Amino acid sequence: MRESEGCYPRPTRSLRGPGMHYNRMPTEYPMSDLLAHYRRSDAVYHELLDAKGEVRPHWQQMLGHLRRCTPAQLRQRQALLARQIQENGVTYNVYADPDGADRPWELDLLPNIIPAEEWQELAAGVAQRATLLNGVLADIYGPQRLIADGLLPAELVFGHNNYLWPCQGVQPPGDTWLHVYAVDLARAPDGRWWVTADRTQAPSGAGYALENRQIVSRAFPELYRDLRVQYLAGYFRTLQETLARQAPSDGETPLVVLLTPGRFNETYFEHLYLARQLGYPLVEGSDLTVRDSTVYLKTLDGLKRVHALLRRLDDDFCDPLELRTDSALGVPGLLDAVRQGRVLVANALGSGVLESPGLPGFLPGICERLLGEPLRLPSIASWWCGEPPVFEEALEKLDELLFRAAFPSQQYSPQFGPELDAGQRAELAERIRQRPYAYVGQERPLLSQAPIWHAASARLQTRPIGMRVFAVAGPDGYRVMPGGLTRVAASASATTLSMQRGGASKDTWVLGERHVASEPWQWMRSLGVADVVRSDPYLPSRLVENLFWFGRYCDRCEGTARLLRIMLSRYVDDGDDPDALEAAVAVAEGLGLLPDAKSRAAGKGKDEEDGETEVELTLEQRLLQAVTSKDWPFSLRANLLRMQWAAASVRGRLSRENWQALVELHQEVQGLAQEEADPGELLEFLDRLLMSLAAQSGFALDDMTRDDGWRFLIIGRRIERVQFLAESIAGLLHSPAVHDQAALAWLLELGNSSITYRTRYLAAPQLIPVLDLLLLDGQNPHAVVFQLRQLHRSLEILGERLELGTLPDLKALDERLSTWNLGRLEYNPFHEGIDVAALDALGEMLQDIAAAAGQLSDHLGLRFFVHVDASQQTQSL
Amino acid sequence: MTSVHYRILHDTHYRYAAPVSLAQQLAHLWPRESPWQRCAARELTVSPEPTRRVDGLDVFGNPLTRLAFERPHDELEVCARLDVEVLARPTLRLADSPAWERVAHDLSYSGKPLGAEELEAERYRFQSPYVHIKHGFATFADDCFTAGRPLLLAAQALMRKIFREFTYDAAATQVATPLTQVLEEKRGVCQDFAHLMLACLRSRGLAARYVSGYLLTQPPPGRPRLIGADASHAWVAVWCPRQGWVDFDPTNNLLPALEHITLAWGRDFADVSPLRGVILGGGSHDPEVRVTVMPLAEARSRGI
Repeated sequence: MRESEGCYPRPTRSLRGPGMHYNRMPTEYPMSDLLAHYRRSDAVYHELLDAKGEVRPHWQQMLGHLRRCTPAQLRQRQALLARQIQENGVTYNVYADPDGADRPWELDLLPNIIPAEEWQELAAGVAQRATLLNGVLADIYGPQRLIADGLLPAELVFGHNNYLWPCQGVQPPGDTWLHVYAVDLARAPDGRWWVTADRTQAPSGAGYALENRQIVSRAFPELYRDLRVQYLAGYFRTLQETLARQAPSDGETPLVVLLTPGRFNETYFEHLYLARQLGYPLVEGSDLTVRDSTVYLKTLDGLKRVHALLRRLDDDFCDPLELRTDSALGVPGLLDAVRQGRVLVANALGSGVLESPGLPGFLPGICERLLGEPLRLPSIASWWCGEPPVFEEALEKLDELLFRAAFPSQQYSPQFGPELDAGQRAELAERIRQRPYAYVGQERPLLSQAPIWHAASARLQTRPIGMRVFAVAGPDGYRVMPGGLTRVAASASATTLSMQRGGASKDTWVLGERHVASEPWQWMRSLGVADVVRSDPYLPSRLVENLFWFGRYCDRCEGTARLLRIMLSRYVDDGDDPDALEAAVAVAEGLGLLPDAKSRAAGKGKDEEDGETEVELTLEQRLLQAVTSKDWPFSLRANLLRMQWAAASVRGRLSRENWQALVELHQEVQGLAQEEADPGELLEFLDRLLMSLAAQSGFALDDMTRDDGWRFLIIGRRIERVQFLAESIAGLLHSPAVHDQAALAWLLELGNSSITYRTRYLAAPQLIPVLDLLLLDGQNPHAVVFQLRQLHRSLEILGERLELGTLPDLKALDERLSTWNLGRLEYNPFHEGIDVAALDALGEMLQDIAAAAGQLSDHLGLRFFVHVDASQQTQSL
Repeated sequence: MTSVHYRILHDTHYRYAAPVSLAQQLAHLWPRESPWQRCAARELTVSPEPTRRVDGLDVFGNPLTRLAFERPHDELEVCARLDVEVLARPTLRLADSPAWERVAHDLSYSGKPLGAEELEAERYRFQSPYVHIKHGFATFADDCFTAGRPLLLAAQALMRKIFREFTYDAAATQVATPLTQVLEEKRGVCQDFAHLMLACLRSRGLAARYVSGYLLTQPPPGRPRLIGADASHAWVAVWCPRQGWVDFDPTNNLLPALEHITLAWGRDFADVSPLRGVILGGGSHDPEVRVTVMPLAEARSRGI
């Protein structure tokens, strides 16, 4: 088994570089017995060893290199790998997600190595297959001759849920349906590669292949250079060029976006990674809008036309108007924009129909017809049961084959004949007999074995592997990425490659001459002064909207928590001043922050048989519900969860510390008991909560770049605060407790201004100075006038760049408020102490201010988030 | 040749709970032409005025109107006013059709070329959004599809079986009610019966399509016809190599003739619903739909 290193010529450079370096660490033994436990069998192909058990020539240099390393060095490199993956996760803000979403599989230190001449043949086969499948799509969405001529069963096309009838007759630019194509390959014992599956809809994995390359090439920099491993850059550049060339740009610089189903998708990391590598904005369906058959990206700067979409969203989800009506992920009207030739979608909508395992059996005949040549890459043997004689044959082989659904809509998991007992086999046969064309029998491929680095034993071990190879449409046919994603099974004896936990991946090194034109992918292009940007040119409206609502919910929670704390503490201090408590309860009721005293509760009353009885809630019960209820939509808990949701949607904008604080706050809310909490515990919770929320305002003021997104967050906070304060004060003005010292004391507390008042007046609160501080004092960040002025300023700054439309006149409101004479509220003997009319007038003005804040919010929403012309809103219908 | 002229009014009125800021709607409200039907006049009034309106054909050859609204609105009213002439169809001898097994066999893949008409029929043989293919549907119709029975007689028997065994009950189902539940509870409306009949036919490998349209109803004797009291109707058409597409109405147990007005056909309701759309905003909303079908002469005399 030991292989002499001399039989393969090594470039001297590689010997010296790492060799000398590693020889300086003599404390550990070199890895001479790497293959001591390496198992080889004749039943499968071994990537590392030939039939005689000797190391294949293209592996010798790598093996020689490994032998000169110590286990510690290799462990160190493995750790480097892990750290880079971790860092990428942090950079792309996915891995550290508290809700899971880990990287789906591990990365092995050792690449899968393929010699140049072998690759050439394989690549030619992949390119041919991509050309062929593109031709099949052109036919089935066009004249359907293959079906009419009996070369392709109608069952496999029209019976497939991803055959999209509304796409029939749509003509994509350049006759390209498949812009990217991926094929899953397995190597048979004779060394030939066989196709196990075609990926035509939205192939994933190219981003992982690139990430793997970026990481593994750094683990073996000299070897990577000396072995002349072919670069992956050309593939991605061709993709960019093809999309730019084919996009209907009408003379504009094409804007290409990457459409993702969103952050809950299992390959979301890849979407983020690819989007950044390709320089495409990453968007969700709700970021796009179709107007007049043209697709636009909703940005803060307005609608920007999108010329091409690289989609990672499934076919039928892409347009809820014409395709799946229940899709919340798509873009309504997208298909019509495609039909009108206004946008390029890659891959073409409806290309998923080719993923049926029933199709490959018909490809040899179709290849002869469409291309006039034999199919180069064989597919693993399959039996589509739609033809009676084939069905009979499949039944005879029931105990050998893997049976799969022909269509994804069947949601039927594959069944492997040998694993079934007699009863299950009969059941399977009957199931197929009922709708034969929906089932396919497949031979199970024997996977080849490749070496992986096993850190624990410091040796190489064998694992079954398969390869996913990618092709991209170029100006003169398909180009195959020289490399790909090698997938590694979880154990040496595994028979399938599952992407679930336990599996791993490898970088794929294709050796040989590098193309002169292809320099490495520019993931580390150096940036100069000309590249400096100070704002995001495509700041998506969705992100801004979520920042805006994050701001609103933060302040809403703060205001709500203060008012609830006021009521709870007065309630606990029982009888101190019932009028003040009553006034606070009235204000809270007016704001909708307390559930009704009369509540319909199932089975909670005395007459349990009635099922639903009306019960009278005590104030304590109502307060408890207002804080903790999961069912009452206006509870503090509900608003905290909304705040959390908005924050999660803008996570990429929040600092790590800010996010951490939010996570802790979330845990606190989750830990809040719903039923049992007593008022004392609730008060403690509210105290802690107000501290956390104060920290959030700190983050907002000092932890974020002051771009337009931030400005919207602040506007959201101001709108919420001015509404809350104006309505609360107006509420108290209408109450009999308006001159009550205790009531005025809690009003100061609500406006977080107790300390200021005390230092200024050194006396108990009185109406006029309290109102001055809370309404008119421009230096008090909780005063109404302060909110109006800050809002006005923020809008002025936004208005310098953005068309704001007609806004509520905040300046006029400011004027009205600032010039309002509080003297009208002074003691007046003619009005028996209080001038009720003056109080009412002030209350009315405050209601006007609150209403204007609401209008401003609606207006901004329509103008910047929905992008419709809000000035038309008043038109009568 | 006998023919009947109709006037049809089909009004759909949405009142949204909250303003809709953006909307796109697809309307199948223009009767398609066929050898037994002509559309003499057609008017589609839409309020508010759509930002964009495009008339064209869908992939199944049905007239389709695309509407886009890009200004906030809190109501949408779409009113169709149609004058349609329905002609008598040639009489069919159902017994003259080939055995149903033969038809199913010839439609399934054998490597032989397909004619244009067969290729067209293939579109309607498989699962579609509302018509799932399940063994239960095939067995339900076992007694209709006896060995060697001519296809159209078997289809007629199936139509009759559904008519007899099922109760028309508008409260029992909604558009989203699964067919298996309809089969189990034996209740539903014309749309359910049409979908069920399609499922029974397609589960045997036969080609059958969904037809959306209207039916002339007769007011009680001595009473005037009420405006807006009618409804959209649905039935099925079965493909037979000799006779072509033959209509069956399982809700009324009859072969549509002069009283059925065809709007559009497709694989099921999803392909041809009279008005469907995607709106932004709107809150909860149920449309008010008013359909009136009356002979043209009566409409003229009543000034409608």
